[in-house]
Amino acid sequence: MGVHQRSKSLASRHSALSDTFFQLNVLNGAEQHDDRFPVFADKLPEGRLLPTRVDIFQVNVGKLCNQTCAHCHVDAGPDRKAENMSRETFEQCLEVLAATDIHTVDITGGAPEMNPHFRWFVEECRRLGKHVMNRCNLTIIVANPKYHDLPAFFAKNNVEIVSSLPHYSALRTDSQRGDGVFDDSIKALRLLNEVGYAQENSPLKLNLVYNPSGAFLPGNQEALEAEFKRQLLRKHGVLFNNLYAITNMPISRFLDYLLESDNYHDYMQSLVDAFNPAAVQGLMCRNTLSVSWDGYLYDCDFNQMLDLKIEAPREQQHISGFNQLAFQQRQIVLNQHCYGCTAGAGSSCGGQVS
Amino acid sequence: MSKKHYFDPEDLKKFGNIGEWQKPMADKFFSWYGEVFKEGALTEREKALIALAVAHTVQCPYCIDAYASGCLEKGADEEQMMEAVQVAAAIRAGSTLVYSTQMMNHVKNMSL
Repeated sequence: MGVHQRSKSLASRHSALSDTFFQLNVLNGAEQHDDRFPVFADKLPEGRLLPTRVDIFQVNVGKLCNQTCAHCHVDAGPDRKAENMSRETFEQCLEVLAATDIHTVDITGGAPEMNPHFRWFVEECRRLGKHVMNRCNLTIIVANPKYHDLPAFFAKNNVEIVSSLPHYSALRTDSQRGDGVFDDSIKALRLLNEVGYAQENSPLKLNLVYNPSGAFLPGNQEALEAEFKRQLLRKHGVLFNNLYAITNMPISRFLDYLLESDNYHDYMQSLVDAFNPAAVQGLMCRNTLSVSWDGYLYDCDFNQMLDLKIEAPREQQHISGFNQLAFQQRQIVLNQHCYGCTAGAGSSCGGQVS
Repeated sequence: MSKKHYFDPEDLKKFGNIGEWQKPMADKFFSWYGEVFKEGALTEREKALIALAVAHTVQCPYCIDAYASGCLEKGADEEQMMEAVQVAAAIRAGSTLVYSTQMMNHVKNMSL
């Protein structure tokens, strides 16, 4: 069974929320800035957040995807063909990687594998000695024969796989990611297991990402991981290494869902109420450089989707003008969506942070 | 008090306010309550499922909302939540039906 999309991208629906300015207006509505919903920066010591060093080069290679998940913060989908990283921009990324000691390249999208330069870029990163992580939606592996050899390609290049699977139940997974996604994801996970991923003593790592299928916060990551491992092995014979519990960001299609379902205010309030100062130190924006499909630089993938570029002179906001020293001296751009990363145990692309 | 109904979902958010009129007892209750729901011999997910089942038995709409959310947060799915409610319903039904043994005894005692 293939994937049947339940929703369309905001862009294809011509939704007002496809305009990042409109999203920021919602997040910064005047009525929101009161004691119950203070400005995020005011929650931080000295009202600012500084980077540590650049450990992770996260590159969003495009918005093209074979799925249209209901919560997608990228507003990715099959219709997003225009936003795909060019060979020239990839080469500019490789120049920066070659000139710096950034150790990890974190590739995301969309479905990164749909970018025609994807495999070449992975091989070039490996040639530079970088650790490569790929955020694979799983279903792409079984979507088309030309992708069937992806597990072998990933294994050959020792690519760490990070894949979304919001639940071990088909109902909860498909309600978020589209009908048939769960079954295709299980098939793909088995194929990854077959080439050595998540097997005992194997260097090939396969990590899953859990995010809530609705307007609630994730529970304890360790407990969720234990239950996912038990259920996926028991029901489907599937193995994985770690589960990352990630909070849904109130932006893009998840923001659309929150507004449409009248859950926006309660959800934002739950994020604010769950603000955890201990989560701030481990935030991913402090050690990540986020690059968009067209080469612009951001503090994180969420700021990227809100088009909040790094604080820097214009020429240094693009990968072609990357200046590591200046980058490490910048202040991180904050907004109200940042509450999503500091709620409870915190949230990052690597799961809970405290 | 202009409300014309007994249950308002917004009142759930005021649960913590019960300490306004009897703080020492409320503090003890919330401390104990928090301890009960911590992971122990049972996981937090299992405790949330038990709470959901009990919430249906005591027919508390606040508790049903709270523990439907709680179960989702702890990673339970719809099937598990409905099975928990079925367990509660089975005990309720069984506890009614088991009384029928008394009825049967009585009927037999007064019959030829």
